[in-house]
Amino acid sequence: MNYFPDEVIEHVFDFIASHRDRNSISLVCKSWHKIERFSRKQVFIGNCYAINPERLIGRFPCLKSLTLKGKPHFADFNLVPYEWGGFVLPWIEALARSRVGLEELRLKRMVVTDESLELLSRSFANFKSLVLVSCEGFTTDGLASIAANCRHLRELDLQENEIDDHRGQWLNCFPDSCTTLTSLNFACLKGETNVAALERLVARSPNLKSLKLNRAVPLEALARLMSCAPQLLDLGVGSYENEPDPESFTKLMAAIKKCTSLRSLSGFLEVAPLCLPAFYPICQNLISLNLSYAAEIQGNHLIKLIQLCKRLQRLWILDSIGDKGLVVVADTCKELQELRVFPSDIHGEEDNNAAVTEVGLVAISAGCPKLHSILYFCKQMTNAALITVARNCPNFIRFRLCILEPHKPDHITSQSLDEGFGAIVQACKGLRRLSVSGLLNDQVFLYIGMYAEQLEMLSIAFAGDTDKGMLYVLNGCKKLRKLEIRDSPFGNAALLADVHKYETMRSLWMSSCEVTLGGCKRLAQNSPRLNVEIINENENNRMERNEEDEREKVDKLYLYRTVVGTRKDAPPYVRIL
Amino acid sequence: MITELEMGKGESELELGLGLSLGGGTPAKIGGGGAWGERGRLLTAKDFPSVGSKRAADSASHAGASPPRSSQVVGWPPIGSHRMNSLVNNQATKSAREEEDAGKKKVNDDQPKDATKKVNGKVQVGFIKVNMDGVAIGRKVDLNAHSSYENLAQTLEDMFFRTNPGTIGLTGQFTKPLRLLDGSSEFVLTYEDKEGDWMLVGDVPWRMFTTSVKRLRVMKTSEANGLAARHQDPNERQRNQPM
Repeated sequence: MNYFPDEVIEHVFDFIASHRDRNSISLVCKSWHKIERFSRKQVFIGNCYAINPERLIGRFPCLKSLTLKGKPHFADFNLVPYEWGGFVLPWIEALARSRVGLEELRLKRMVVTDESLELLSRSFANFKSLVLVSCEGFTTDGLASIAANCRHLRELDLQENEIDDHRGQWLNCFPDSCTTLTSLNFACLKGETNVAALERLVARSPNLKSLKLNRAVPLEALARLMSCAPQLLDLGVGSYENEPDPESFTKLMAAIKKCTSLRSLSGFLEVAPLCLPAFYPICQNLISLNLSYAAEIQGNHLIKLIQLCKRLQRLWILDSIGDKGLVVVADTCKELQELRVFPSDIHGEEDNNAAVTEVGLVAISAGCPKLHSILYFCKQMTNAALITVARNCPNFIRFRLCILEPHKPDHITSQSLDEGFGAIVQACKGLRRLSVSGLLNDQVFLYIGMYAEQLEMLSIAFAGDTDKGMLYVLNGCKKLRKLEIRDSPFGNAALLADVHKYETMRSLWMSSCEVTLGGCKRLAQNSPRLNVEIINENENNRMERNEEDEREKVDKLYLYRTVVGTRKDAPPYVRIL
Repeated sequence: MITELEMGKGESELELGLGLSLGGGTPAKIGGGGAWGERGRLLTAKDFPSVGSKRAADSASHAGASPPRSSQVVGWPPIGSHRMNSLVNNQATKSAREEEDAGKKKVNDDQPKDATKKVNGKVQVGFIKVNMDGVAIGRKVDLNAHSSYENLAQTLEDMFFRTNPGTIGLTGQFTKPLRLLDGSSEFVLTYEDKEGDWMLVGDVPWRMFTTSVKRLRVMKTSEANGLAARHQDPNERQRNQPM
């Protein structure tokens, strides 16, 4: 069947990076399967319990880069108890035992320990890149091992992890011979930083392109760091605690002016707003700006900055920018592709007139023709606005709208928002990810099932009336991979209607819904290739009952397809049916 | 917000029943919030049902009122906990700074150039871990979403004593009844402070508590006797032993 020698085919395969395409190639014929197997360098595993390390290594012995995701998405919001699972140690142990030439490890929502980091640092001579996103379980001691032992380390990227900061000297652990760093991100560390060690490290890293500092790195240090690294593309500013004296400010401005390659700016974890003007000179070059942690900057300061960012493609911001600010964004940022607006006042303590509403959203949709991804937190919405947005922006790939108050209707007509979201799914034919909120009936799910043909991930909270809602989605969305539902009245009838559907998906999460233990048991009975996990947090109550009540509603249900059966590392309160 | 218990008492300055009341005692005893800060009382399981019924009383009297604030629903709004911690920390720092500014002139000039020290001396406040004896799972609770010990108890009750978190219906009421701990022993709420010592919750004013607490533990009274000793005279303890 092959007209070319294997080496040629392998060479062709080298050009195919996307793991989905790779998966497709491997299904063509046995020969291609074999060639693909041995040539695959990057492996992506969306659910670490869908497969085990031994089988992974067996199939892809030459892998160099591994991406693993652990806990379900709702773990980000504290809905998953933190000992649920997602431990990386067994993976690292298996890779080490099999002498895999691991160079890159990217983890999301996994439990990482200092022990695993130590093992990682000692087991792979060519290890280059560690990216940890929303992980937990380790301390700066683990980072110290990585720094000390990974001779060829290029990238250490820590995003939003829970790290116990022992205030040690982990930055000092990079040996003087380490000059290969290209990316260093420790913005999520809470403790003190040895600034002198950091400066020395940056000074000896000529290839450093991305540097993201934590709160503990003050203004004066920032100026010196930037002077050492004018080649930076991506900068995360730490902290400007107080207003700087004129001399520091001047030095900072001078340093910033030299960073002509800077394209991405973030951080501002604590900022005196009067320092922002130091960045004005490079704003015209920025394509990415993340001010979503800069709670102390008022709307008008944000606006002044953004007015200069004409090339912006990605903007993450707090709702303190206000509708007024979003209008400015719409007028200025014509290249904008992705926008995220986070709430700045979570506890609703201030009667915040400056927060964003449907007005801002409509303005953005009208002004930014390239917009394809949005995450928008707001206090109110209307169907009319959503219909307008749909008309203005049929290119959405990701549309996530979070109205802060559950069940909130259209604030002008008091109707549900089914029609508004319906318009979105109907217009945006390429929509892959959707989060809905506000007052919603089953109708919206009928629309989603009918129109959202490319939808892969759907998040539902406090929505729907009857099982029909969930059924519309399960029946209609052929490409659905992840479905997560909370506090919605969907029960056994919907859950059990098409059990085989779940084998075409990565996972299903349902919490505070109407599914019962009996329903989950029935589901599990007929599905050897699904793990059906019940998380029942109230052990006290469980122990008192002598017999199980199958009519008992299940707190949290998480089911996922797997080829390796029940996992052995679940804590006692997780029951796998 | 007025509890059922308080309504009969007419004590307007009550800091709400959560106090740490050893025991069984009468509702009047539990409601004696004036003892706040005078001596510690142990939190008992009986306090929780009273808090629960407070919510029922609340809902009844506020029928048709707006649903619970979005921040009081577990895991809502859907913001990552890291981001949440950062924002509440900023809010805390900001309000503390405002308090300082309101009082006297800015102290910025006098601050040492130590970037990690906050104006009000606070370090990270936000989600802290809570464990309960007999419950395998720990949880996390957002301290900054609470304004008082009573608030906090309410949340802890949700976490540990309810079988099925209720679905919030359109009227904003929790639809599931709260379940009492039938025949179970009494519990106390304790916390570990920055020095690593375990203390009874409730000894200090709320704000001071939030700055020094590292984590919480709902402990069985029998195990907490060592902590109780310094606050109770032996006679009182005797009277209130669990059955």
